[in-house]
Amino acid sequence: MTARERIAGNVAGYVDDRTGAAKWMKKNLTKVFPDHWSFLLGEICLYSFVILLLSGTFLTFWFDPSMREVVYEGSYEPLKGLEMSAAYASTLDISFEVRGGLLMRQIHHWAALIFMVGIVVHLMRVYFTGAFRKPREFNWIIGVGLLTLGIVEGFLGYSLPDDLLSGTGIRIAEAIIQALPLVGSYLAFFAFDGAFPGTAFIPRIYTVHVLLLPGIFLALITVHLMLVWYQKHTQFPGPGRTEKNVVGYPLMPVYMAKAGGFFFIVFGVTAFLGAVASINPIWLYGPYTPGQVSAGSQPDWYMGWLDGLVRMAPPIETHALGHTISWNILIPGLILPGIMFTGLALYPFIESWATGDKREHHLLDRPRNTPNRTAIGVMALTFTLVSLINGGNDIIATTFHLTINQMMWFSRIAIIVLPPIAFIITKRLCLSLQRADRDLVLHGRETGRLVRMPSGEFVEVHEPISAEKAWLLTSHEQLAPLELPEHDASGVRRAGLIKNKIRNRVSRAAAVAVPKATETERRELEGHH
Amino acid sequence: MSNEIELIKDPGLPAHVHRSTDTDPKAAARAERQVAILFGLSALGTITLIYSYIFIKDDVFVFIPILGQTHLQQLGIGLGMALALFCIGAGLIHWAKTLMPDEEVIAQRHEFRSEDEDRSEFIKTVKEGASAAGLGRRPLIKTTLGAALGLSALSPILLLRDLGPLPKDDLSKTSWKAGTRLVTDPGDRPLRPEDLEVGAVAQTLPEIEAGAHRSLADIGKDAVLLIRLRPEEFNLDAERLSWTHEGIIAFSKICSHMGCAVALYEQQTKHLLCPCHQSTFDVTRAAKVIFGPSARPLPQLAITVDADGYLVAQAPFTEPVGPSFWERSS
Repeated sequence: MTARERIAGNVAGYVDDRTGAAKWMKKNLTKVFPDHWSFLLGEICLYSFVILLLSGTFLTFWFDPSMREVVYEGSYEPLKGLEMSAAYASTLDISFEVRGGLLMRQIHHWAALIFMVGIVVHLMRVYFTGAFRKPREFNWIIGVGLLTLGIVEGFLGYSLPDDLLSGTGIRIAEAIIQALPLVGSYLAFFAFDGAFPGTAFIPRIYTVHVLLLPGIFLALITVHLMLVWYQKHTQFPGPGRTEKNVVGYPLMPVYMAKAGGFFFIVFGVTAFLGAVASINPIWLYGPYTPGQVSAGSQPDWYMGWLDGLVRMAPPIETHALGHTISWNILIPGLILPGIMFTGLALYPFIESWATGDKREHHLLDRPRNTPNRTAIGVMALTFTLVSLINGGNDIIATTFHLTINQMMWFSRIAIIVLPPIAFIITKRLCLSLQRADRDLVLHGRETGRLVRMPSGEFVEVHEPISAEKAWLLTSHEQLAPLELPEHDASGVRRAGLIKNKIRNRVSRAAAVAVPKATETERRELEGHH
Repeated sequence: MSNEIELIKDPGLPAHVHRSTDTDPKAAARAERQVAILFGLSALGTITLIYSYIFIKDDVFVFIPILGQTHLQQLGIGLGMALALFCIGAGLIHWAKTLMPDEEVIAQRHEFRSEDEDRSEFIKTVKEGASAAGLGRRPLIKTTLGAALGLSALSPILLLRDLGPLPKDDLSKTSWKAGTRLVTDPGDRPLRPEDLEVGAVAQTLPEIEAGAHRSLADIGKDAVLLIRLRPEEFNLDAERLSWTHEGIIAFSKICSHMGCAVALYEQQTKHLLCPCHQSTFDVTRAAKVIFGPSARPLPQLAITVDADGYLVAQAPFTEPVGPSFWERSS
């Protein structure tokens, strides 16, 4: 035993004497994690969250969350002598007087964007591979919660500097609150301590941004990770991998080094972006006043789809019995997002209801093998993407010399027409890929080598694929559709049976597949050759 | 058995392939050097950071292609930090990938469902516990507990009541009164009709006493846009036409959709456009909505001139300005 090993042993012994953790640690230090690049997406979110906590704490040392009016006396000439809120003035000071302050602001903002991109792409990975299935439904719901809170947290964060752009965003948020039937104007007056903008909202959203929401984030992320740990990570199908095992590398030392190293890489990349890529140059916008606005006002991207929906809404308001309901705000601002996020959160339960599959799943699906799910996902993404594009319709119009009307009408039509088309195309593509897989297993790989037969005929030589590859392409399950009774014994339909009819329909759609290749078919083909 | 379909079999985990660092000590030594170099580069990054922080002057800008004029100190600190962090990460990962074991390990999963015995005992305990508490047998306790819990949830809601005042008619009122002068924003200068040429636009606010403070909340309701056209260009009814003065028409600048400042005026088409959501209003037809999500025209302010020839409001706004709300009647 070397001296170093003895020290390591002493440390472990010291810890165990005081905690009795040996049994637990022994098991967990050698915990196996499967390897795949897409499993890093969630890690990116975690690390950018840590970066946000660190850079955010730095910013709080100088930021003054107050709407007290001050006269700017700092070193940025164009704004000198102007009246502005202390929040805006202190953000300018962080940018111009504190060494590394602008860098930290930019790191904080970039990390927020990366955090949100990470969440969305991680969510897509989990969705398209079916990682949300039993037993991981809780973690799916927590994830949807983190996505929702992330959007709110980001919005509040970029509203804090109280510049002209962010104030405009707050104005729009206020209009959404104000549009609520019955309680809207009351809630708006409570939130802003009177008429918009008042002098209260910066200190208030500051507390929510730096204390309340980060606290909830920490709690949710902890539970999210503990569940991943306890339930063990899912893995992609492949030779040697089953529903009952995990194939990968042990936590200590490989994953500690890899995951720890990846944290530094994410931080390094964020710092690089903060150093060279300017983001949210608030000094160009000026202090907020409700009477002004800058052309080309754009929210951060994770709010863009919401803004896009609001932009394309038809101009409908109801005036009746002395009251007003603004459908042009309520539908895109609250009702549609409500449906989108509820549907997202409930998806695992909807799918399990439709397919009747209540078993545990630890092997991931290849997206092509679940054409219905994949197509629904692409459909939802198409919807969101069209709204996001419309959120930048003014920028796109000026960049490509279109009129804003053309852009708006494109989006209004596309948001209805494109998602179903995306569904159909995706489903067909998935089935084609299944057919290609089947072909590959049965007939082998095309080698590009042409051979002339004695009869004069030319054929291309096919090479059989490896046993590993053949297993990968055929190891998935193909579920049979549910066949629930639709009529009772006397042939009468009842309410519960109509539900069965719907379930049968949906499950038939979900079960559409190209039959996978089997060993039997392979043999038969060999017999023919 | 012969007619049963046989599936393709799992060939099992592929055999492990050794890396060059596993078999060749030279390759391993090379990998070790590479890791050390990466950690060394990281140290260099931190030194760059320290140097930039202390020695680069605050007012030095350099031109860098793509980036343009760049604040050198900020750039040095940032790049130093990026290099320091990135290289630690790259070093750790390179180390793990080349020198740590890369043989895949198989661990077994445990089923989450407990043994039937534990499970039925658990369920029994829950059932017994529930029945021992006797909620089902004592409806009085159940009802009063439910009511008490429900009621106690009101206290946090109630305690938030003092976050702000009641709206009353605040959303429906502005500072404009009959005879209020329109003054420029910024500048607070009263305007005469001749100050505006045909085609010109001016942002105005109601006049306040010298030295008085104008709150942002007031600006958020009072901002008014003046536009001067040729009188014959209007397409208004008699009443609305009487609200204009020598071709000058005044609208609330606060968008009737979501309250942004309607700041873009297109002289050729005489359209006002809100840059937030592109609601477009036709100035010649009393700011009728011709495009976009807004459902109402911008409220028009009736204007005239006072005895001294300055533009003043004839009357307050006849409807609330800004975005809609529940209590709004039209």
